[in-house]
Amino acid sequence: MRKTSVNIAGVELKNPVMTASGTFGSGQEYGEFVDLSLLGGVVTKGVSNVPWPGNPAPRIAETYGGMINAIGLQNPGIDVFVNRDIPYLRQYDTRIIVNVCGKTAEDYVGVVERLAGEPVDLLEINISCPNVKEGGIAFGQDPKAVEAITREVKNHAKQPVIMKLSPNVTDITATAKAAQAGGADAISLINTLTGMKIDIHKRAFAVANKTGGLSGPAIKPVAVRMVYQVAQAVKLPIIGMGGIMTAEDAIEFILAGASAVSVGTANFHNPYATAEIIKGIEEYMERYGVQDINELIGAVR
Amino acid sequence: MGKGKRTCVVKSQERLAEDVYSMWIQAGDMVQEAGPGQFISVYSKDGSRLLPRPISICEIDRPAGALRIVYRTVGEGTREFSEYGQGESVDILGPLGNGFPEVSRNKEVFLIGGGIGIPPMLELAKSLTCKKSIILGYRDTLFLNQEFEAYGDVYVATEDGSAGSRGNVLDAVRDHGLKADMIMACGPTPMLKAIKAYAEEHHMECYLSLEEKMACGVGACLACVCQTKEVDHHSNVHNRRICKDGPVFRAEEVIL
Repeated sequence: MRKTSVNIAGVELKNPVMTASGTFGSGQEYGEFVDLSLLGGVVTKGVSNVPWPGNPAPRIAETYGGMINAIGLQNPGIDVFVNRDIPYLRQYDTRIIVNVCGKTAEDYVGVVERLAGEPVDLLEINISCPNVKEGGIAFGQDPKAVEAITREVKNHAKQPVIMKLSPNVTDITATAKAAQAGGADAISLINTLTGMKIDIHKRAFAVANKTGGLSGPAIKPVAVRMVYQVAQAVKLPIIGMGGIMTAEDAIEFILAGASAVSVGTANFHNPYATAEIIKGIEEYMERYGVQDINELIGAVR
Repeated sequence: MGKGKRTCVVKSQERLAEDVYSMWIQAGDMVQEAGPGQFISVYSKDGSRLLPRPISICEIDRPAGALRIVYRTVGEGTREFSEYGQGESVDILGPLGNGFPEVSRNKEVFLIGGGIGIPPMLELAKSLTCKKSIILGYRDTLFLNQEFEAYGDVYVATEDGSAGSRGNVLDAVRDHGLKADMIMACGPTPMLKAIKAYAEEHHMECYLSLEEKMACGVGACLACVCQTKEVDHHSNVHNRRICKDGPVFRAEEVIL
């Protein structure tokens, strides 16, 4: 039996494949296609202290090999989330990673404190959403702000904290080091790259927010490079993401230094993507005689 | 598990107008669950086009296990579909969303379609046993209008006046002095907005099929929301998911 389990900040995942926040809701919808118990973990859609209505539509546009989204972190708020979504996910044998968003440090802390007594395995702090005016990316682009918000969240969090970094920075290692200095237990990257699409027939922006976050295979080489750079710069476990469509893509991130991966946009193209990637990783291990997936983490230096 | 994405086979493909195509798909047992107003997601074979195209179901042939979609070629994805010939494989997911409700026999209904919102009204026209006035609005070139004639009285409006009433579907309603208890409609948002106002003014029950850019098509990504009058029980804010909670909504619950 080959070992596919990985460890993120003391939490064992049965395999390194998770869902990318915002693409998978809280699992209910894709639970009709994939047995969630197969997954290493489900990373939920970002949740805030109060309900957020999100941005006006159109909220998405397809681009070559990718898509732009500007959902604006619509979510039902922490109370509905705790009462409805956590019990749903608890039915499955998978890790629950809650993505937390906020406009102020107090917002993040409020959600984190509310989750302290809940059966949640890990917290992923979203300081990198490009589609909300306050909070989000405002916390994620300045290393000093990253360190401060990380420390503040860590002071109140009961579960290990993953800081989700933005690729929309000059030096990804600076924000990664800042998260580490603030006491983060793990890092996830990359969030989407800020992009824009113009509809030339309507002579208008393709998404109502004008800009949006670019995701999908178009951004994968950028994401792999950043995962590699961060893996060289910090000691924290890394959850890699950005355009993973196949097991081969996932393995690329793991070889670059990711202990786990998140699958996002691929779900829209193939609702079975997560399960197929898990199977494909096992086949890769079989083919190359890899006994323990941990041998692959950061193996290309 | 349950419904799924599947590879189906194109039974036939036909061009109905300059940029409007009709495709029959051998879709197997999934057609048994399909109803008027629902849609399918159709996937491109080109990896540069990741997102499925949501396309409404135009007709259902349950004994044959086949579905018909009638769609407009608006970009590279739909252009690719239009090039599929008989026997070509096509990946689809569905049936998705909630369609139009059933209507009791004693009601009189307007079935209104505008542009590429016309196709889903065909299966609806077939399935409803009540009295129907079918009002179809076009920019210029007509398509599918003759196929509707078997299921009710058909009235046409064209923007350029080349056929039927000059103007929009409500101009056709007024020109012919049509009356009904209820409206079911699909088409561009300005048309739906006008129909919603007309239904309110005339105290008519009204169902509208909405459209918005979609990513997942199954309710997870929250891309295709519409504004709602009340706080939705799922979203906990004033919006609902068109793909999962719609695409058909009661007119009074949505803000267009």
